[in-house]
Amino acid sequence: MTAIDRSRLPAVGADPRFVFPAIVRHTLPNGLRVCTVEHHSVPVITFTLQIEGGSGADPDGREGLAALVADMADEGTGALNALEVSDALSRIGADYDVEVGGDATDFSLTTLTRFASRGARLLADMVTLPRLMESEFLRVRQLRLDRLRQLKDVASAVAEQTFLRLVYGAHPYAHLAIGSDASLRRVTVDDVVAFHARAVQPSRATLIVCGAMSHDELRQEAENAFAGWSSSGGDGAGGTPAYVPPSGRLVTRLAVVQREAAAQSELRIGQLSTSRVTPDYPALLVMNAVLGGQFVSRVNLKLREEKGFTYGARSGFDWRKGISPFSLQTSVHTASTAEAIADVLAEIGAVQGSRPPSDDEMSLAKASLTRGYPRGFETAQQVARSVAVMALYGLPETYFEEFVPRINGVTSADVVNVATRYLDPSKLTTLVVGDYSAIAESLRSLNLGEPELRTAEF
Amino acid sequence: MTSLAIDLPFTKRTLANGLDVIVHEDRHVPIVAVNVWYHVGSKNERPGRTGFAHLFEHLMFEGSEHYNAGYFPPLQQAGALLNGSTNADRTNYWEVVPTSAIDRALWMESDRMGFLLPALTRERFETQRDVVLNERRQSYENRPYGMVMMALSAALYPPDHPYSWMTIGSAEDIRAMQLEDVQEFFRTYYHPANASLVLAGDVEIERAFELAGAYFGEIPAGVPPKPVSKGAELSSERRLVLEDRVELPRLYLAWHSPAMFAAGDAEMDLLGDLLANGKTSRLYKTLVYDLRIALDVSGYQSSREIGSFFLLVVTAAPGHTLTEIANRIDEELRRVVNEGPSVDEMERAVAQAEAHFMYRLQTVGGFGGKSDQLNAYNVLKGNPGFFAADLDRYRAATRESLQAAARAYLALDRRVALSAIPRGQHALALDGSVAVSVS
Repeated sequence: MTAIDRSRLPAVGADPRFVFPAIVRHTLPNGLRVCTVEHHSVPVITFTLQIEGGSGADPDGREGLAALVADMADEGTGALNALEVSDALSRIGADYDVEVGGDATDFSLTTLTRFASRGARLLADMVTLPRLMESEFLRVRQLRLDRLRQLKDVASAVAEQTFLRLVYGAHPYAHLAIGSDASLRRVTVDDVVAFHARAVQPSRATLIVCGAMSHDELRQEAENAFAGWSSSGGDGAGGTPAYVPPSGRLVTRLAVVQREAAAQSELRIGQLSTSRVTPDYPALLVMNAVLGGQFVSRVNLKLREEKGFTYGARSGFDWRKGISPFSLQTSVHTASTAEAIADVLAEIGAVQGSRPPSDDEMSLAKASLTRGYPRGFETAQQVARSVAVMALYGLPETYFEEFVPRINGVTSADVVNVATRYLDPSKLTTLVVGDYSAIAESLRSLNLGEPELRTAEF
Repeated sequence: MTSLAIDLPFTKRTLANGLDVIVHEDRHVPIVAVNVWYHVGSKNERPGRTGFAHLFEHLMFEGSEHYNAGYFPPLQQAGALLNGSTNADRTNYWEVVPTSAIDRALWMESDRMGFLLPALTRERFETQRDVVLNERRQSYENRPYGMVMMALSAALYPPDHPYSWMTIGSAEDIRAMQLEDVQEFFRTYYHPANASLVLAGDVEIERAFELAGAYFGEIPAGVPPKPVSKGAELSSERRLVLEDRVELPRLYLAWHSPAMFAAGDAEMDLLGDLLANGKTSRLYKTLVYDLRIALDVSGYQSSREIGSFFLLVVTAAPGHTLTEIANRIDEELRRVVNEGPSVDEMERAVAQAEAHFMYRLQTVGGFGGKSDQLNAYNVLKGNPGFFAADLDRYRAATRESLQAAARAYLALDRRVALSAIPRGQHALALDGSVAVSVS
């Protein structure tokens, strides 16, 4: 055995070949689109039923309705009451999960392949034929109202909710999926029934089936469970009003939510950017990786590794079909608040031109996005989630194969270009959830004007 | 129902310097998981130095002698995902890399095992001390109910018991730490004889051992540290009340329970599900679904090396007191002690255990992936092949064994009952609770 040469790092070999899973598409006679994906590592299967219309489809004043409808799926269906649904899920060891996004709601059920048929039928019954009984509705709504009350004490939740309101103003995307106390109290079981009838239609849904079976078998499972789902003739969840950009309004440069004696300031610094389907997507991903999207990003290295102000800082896009927010998120020691904000604003300014990404930074950002890409195809759930994203945004069938070359084609000039177009320092909103009395003086040094004082409203 | 054949195959060899090397081949995706456990955690600390094992973990990412510019850049350049964590019993570190970067990952991992100290400067140490203080603020001090587990740990164990403090440590101790403390800690705990390495994924078995030997074989052997052992018991119910920045009162009930893998440990895990996991669980059904006096319940067996605890947590619905909730919980506990679980409950429990063991075989790396599990079994059980036997513990559990465990360990008069309440609202706490504070 030869001794290891520690004078230099071992080189990384050529990227291993990875064959992305094939997706076979079908449309059932009722209009349901079905995507099957074989995944043979362990005998597990995931069904993901994606319904168009998420929290962005909540009617004005009824924010939280889409999430309530989604929550009612496991509260009783057919002959099964809520407890019996829970029992049926446990008996097949199912992992059941609902994700309410801005544009769609994904209902997912993972189980062992030997329980595939039972799992598929259960999911179909829960989502398409929920009982939607008033007694269960009132119980579930009350739990959500109580949860909202608790969120007032969670600094990160306060920051999320307030930031969305600040950047969107009046807009279908301007709220968290859970809604607010006032809007939830307005929602009735009739609203739930009507929303379900409008939105949960086979023609507005995509079913992704990924597991250790052949395409034919996977399709058969889908057909057996979902072919009987008939359209109720609804006209959709209210279209996609969320595409509408917010009307021109004054930007809040600096806002503070008072949190007395808080140990840290929870920060959000960002603005609206663009849609997930923008052709600038690859350049924006690379820009984000350089700026704040990974451990070795400029902002995290500055705030954490150089200054020790925080446990970590990350930036990212909260992607939607319509205009999506970009934000830098971190929680910093109260005493470091103003300096941390100044550092972040300086880094955002720098990436727009005074300090374009160096060759090393570009290579690092691209490598971490591309070389790690196959890692996301390890489990049936991961694959189903990726296919669900393709379905949601109408991405091309070749999306997986094209991802790496598209990222590798991004140049430093492209990054500066998108940073300049989408990050306007004069339109950035800085939100602080923290102890205002302790930081008011230092915030003045930022020259962002008098802060708008907000309260935690849920 | 026939039993599933479900297993996690491996090959284990020990290098001359004492390093355990375990290999598991899985070629589905071209990635390799590198996972290292050091058998050291906050239970190896002493009072006045709490939080040290975790702070040390941070220093492991700051660079080592032969690559002295941070641990992350060369690995992110290779497309790796990486992280580490510290708990009471162990510290783990892992990378998941494309197959093409296995050499680089092993070079980096072995360099920090063998050559950490020359790269450690006072400045890096002090910065990471600040980062950890901020981690403590973010994850504990600035979070609702975030300080409860500190108060609870201190009540469950005497002050000289290493489980009486949490892994994050006290802020005062963290501030007092000095660079000099690091040297001794590294020499005592960070060496091959106190570590275990797993390579899992897209690598041929013999090749994996060859690489492990080449990169780690040259690191000098150390002296295995003495195991920590210490008992603890409660002789009465201790009622405590802690004020917090919260809207609703929450009750925490905690008991001592059998150590990880000891007789009764799996039963307590199953009792956690039976009592508090899912709508059909007894406490959820009674408190949240039927009576609607609580918002949520959770419960679990926290299995640890030298003694576990069993915890139930219930948040009161507005207008309801923790006394009302505690009375109902005690009724349910008496019922499980007197009657045991139903046949239905046992069937559900076994079905869920089998499925969850299968789900655990889906990823090679990361927290909870196959490499992490092999190291857990190797370090904490002395046998990386314990996966199938672990599942058998759950299959072998019976109504009688659960009832016996509930009777033995869930005594109403030997536990800690902590009321976490909104500031100033002491009437919401259990009667007779003594105020505690943590900082």
